Amino acid sequence: MALKSKDLLGLKELSSGEINLILDTAESMKEVLSRPMRTAPALQGKIVTTLFYEPSTRTKNSFETAAKMLSASSSSIAASTSSAVKGETLIDTVKNLEAIGVNGIIVRHSMAGAPHLIARNISGSVINAGDGFNEHPTQALLDMFTMREKKGPIKGKKVVIVGDILHSRVARSNAWGLLKLGASVTLVGPPTLMPKGIEATGAKVSYNLDEAIKDADFVNVLRIQMERQQKGLFPSLIEYTKLFGITKERLEKARKDVVIMHPGPINRGVEISSDVADSSRSVILEQVTNGVAVRMAVLFLLMGSRGKN
Amino acid sequence: MSLFLLKNAVLADPSSALNEERDILIENGKIREVGKNISVGPNCEKIDLTGKTVFPGLIDMHVHFRDPGRVDKETIETGTAAAAAGGFTSVACMGNTDPVADNDSVIEYIVSKARAKGSVNVFPIGAITKGLKGLELAEMGRMLAAGAVAFSDDGRCVMDSSVMRHALEYARQFGAVLISHSEDHNLSDGGFMNESYLSTILGLKGIPSLAEEVMVERDIALASQFGHVHIAHVSCAGSVDRIRAAKTRGVHITCETAPHYFTLTEAAVEGYNTNAKMNPPLRSERDVRAVIEGLKDGTIDVIASDHAPHTQEDKNVEFALAANGIVGLETTLGLVISELVETKELKLLDAIAKLTVNPANILGIKKGAVKVGTDADLTVVDLGKEWTVDSKKFLSKSRNTPFDGWRLKGKVAHTIVGGKFVVKDGIFQNQ
Repeated sequence: MALKSKDLLGLKELSSGEINLILDTAESMKEVLSRPMRTAPALQGKIVTTLFYEPSTRTKNSFETAAKMLSASSSSIAASTSSAVKGETLIDTVKNLEAIGVNGIIVRHSMAGAPHLIARNISGSVINAGDGFNEHPTQALLDMFTMREKKGPIKGKKVVIVGDILHSRVARSNAWGLLKLGASVTLVGPPTLMPKGIEATGAKVSYNLDEAIKDADFVNVLRIQMERQQKGLFPSLIEYTKLFGITKERLEKARKDVVIMHPGPINRGVEISSDVADSSRSVILEQVTNGVAVRMAVLFLLMGSRGKN
Repeated sequence: MSLFLLKNAVLADPSSALNEERDILIENGKIREVGKNISVGPNCEKIDLTGKTVFPGLIDMHVHFRDPGRVDKETIETGTAAAAAGGFTSVACMGNTDPVADNDSVIEYIVSKARAKGSVNVFPIGAITKGLKGLELAEMGRMLAAGAVAFSDDGRCVMDSSVMRHALEYARQFGAVLISHSEDHNLSDGGFMNESYLSTILGLKGIPSLAEEVMVERDIALASQFGHVHIAHVSCAGSVDRIRAAKTRGVHITCETAPHYFTLTEAAVEGYNTNAKMNPPLRSERDVRAVIEGLKDGTIDVIASDHAPHTQEDKNVEFALAANGIVGLETTLGLVISELVETKELKLLDAIAKLTVNPANILGIKKGAVKVGTDADLTVVDLGKEWTVDSKKFLSKSRNTPFDGWRLKGKVAHTIVGGKFVVKDGIFQNQ
């Protein structure tokens, strides 16, 4: 089995079989990473570039590490140092990268659909590392990989995603992936941060966190941004924390084995308290570790087994 | 002295509810006689229009010609050529040019450029407020004297209700209509498409239909006290309902929609198709249905293209960065015939009224009817002829259309402006 597309634009477009293929491949990659000699030659001679129009520490570094572990050469472009500041269009930028010989472009962009635009204009692979509020597929894949590692098959698991769902690509990618693999997904947050019609995906919506976390296997906590308060979407961080913050007290109402996740960067004391973030229930750093294996799997499946790249 | 006779055509004129075979005699650019079997001397040219239908010259009361300012997108010359190719003999062009048409100099420029380079009649629409800023009234009186026929800040809503009130009160002394781009910019808040499940799963910030409805309701309230408001580009069910109710109460309100609002839903955006990006955005199936119902029961008076030309550079970019709008002059008539008349939603005369007599009455221009003594502006159409939209063949400078490849019925045979064949046998006559 192989992935159908040359690109990974989102989990919305993938089948459950393709998602499982990536997760299974990531297991092999994690095994590679545990060896003393941690690299594999799979992408020798290939060049990948990270093209990031938004700041990132985790995702960019994780992709670059994944590429190196597979013996690909990697370069990186931050938008502030690119020709974008000289007015070059996105299409021209990526066509130039392709002319240089780049086989794969990993892109983060503040505008939804930017990776799709790139994918239509180059023959190499495009990996979406986050586009606007649309998707962040490798984050969701590493979240699911971590869930599987902790509690076995995704099917039937109860996952709560809490926070600013409206502006979250992580929530959307997680919802697509988890629902396709048969999990039950409950989205929790203030009504002002809940996107219209999201129930039609099959996810449930709740405004009551205490109720929602009662029987959850996993609680995935999203970062809340100050900017949303200025926009009038909620009154204050203190009130947000009171209603939707994950604290030790609140988790007393949850299952003993509930696993707490966060895509980072975390706002300690806002959406998650320090004692929870640093507790044994939290797998936040394991998620980061697994991110490398998952991204290796994605790079390998898109660029390794496809000779023409 | 020129004299010619159009013979054997069906004259479909909504202004007189006529839909029968008539001959039309044209002398020196004016209609001299309309009748059955008009007899003329042997020296009079006779043009046989058997099988064709003649309409009063079509009027598009909402176009953007980008002239002055963005002449790389369209000029008055190319815009009027596109209009003629689409069967329009008159257009009203919006004032959001660069510089803004908010003073008599720009209006004079448009009028004189249209006279020199234009293929069809051009009626400028001046800005309501200086610089489209929504703050100070523009010089309506001086613009009217220079040739403006109506006022609009189209592209922007006059958000301050007090400014809009004063604009209406002021315009009333001239009997001029204000065309409202009804959009609460706080509610639309920089969104890119209709707010819905689709915007959620595409991750694009949505524009709720409420942004339109709220301002339509405000404009109705203002119109009920201060005079005629015409609502531009109605896109959603809520607006249609509100306008219908207001008309029932006798409020002096009229409105238009554009072909894309009765032919396309937001689904056209899928794949981040920037040729489906416009403002107001394409809405849901239910809204499309409501717009059609509004056209049927007369709530919606006018169909206008909102012709909005943009270059490839402005469209082939990230969806969020892409310019709003599509070209429409060369597809409007075909879409009306194919999607409203052929589908039996509207009778031919009722549909054509929205492209002729209704916009003429709203703008107060002496057009839109075939009457003895008036300018011989006529659109001759082969209603049964099928054709395929090919943007590469557009006379407009721009190609931004979501209708490329559509099979449409109703092809323009001749566009006659002031007795002159601007389009003859489907071919634009370069003068």
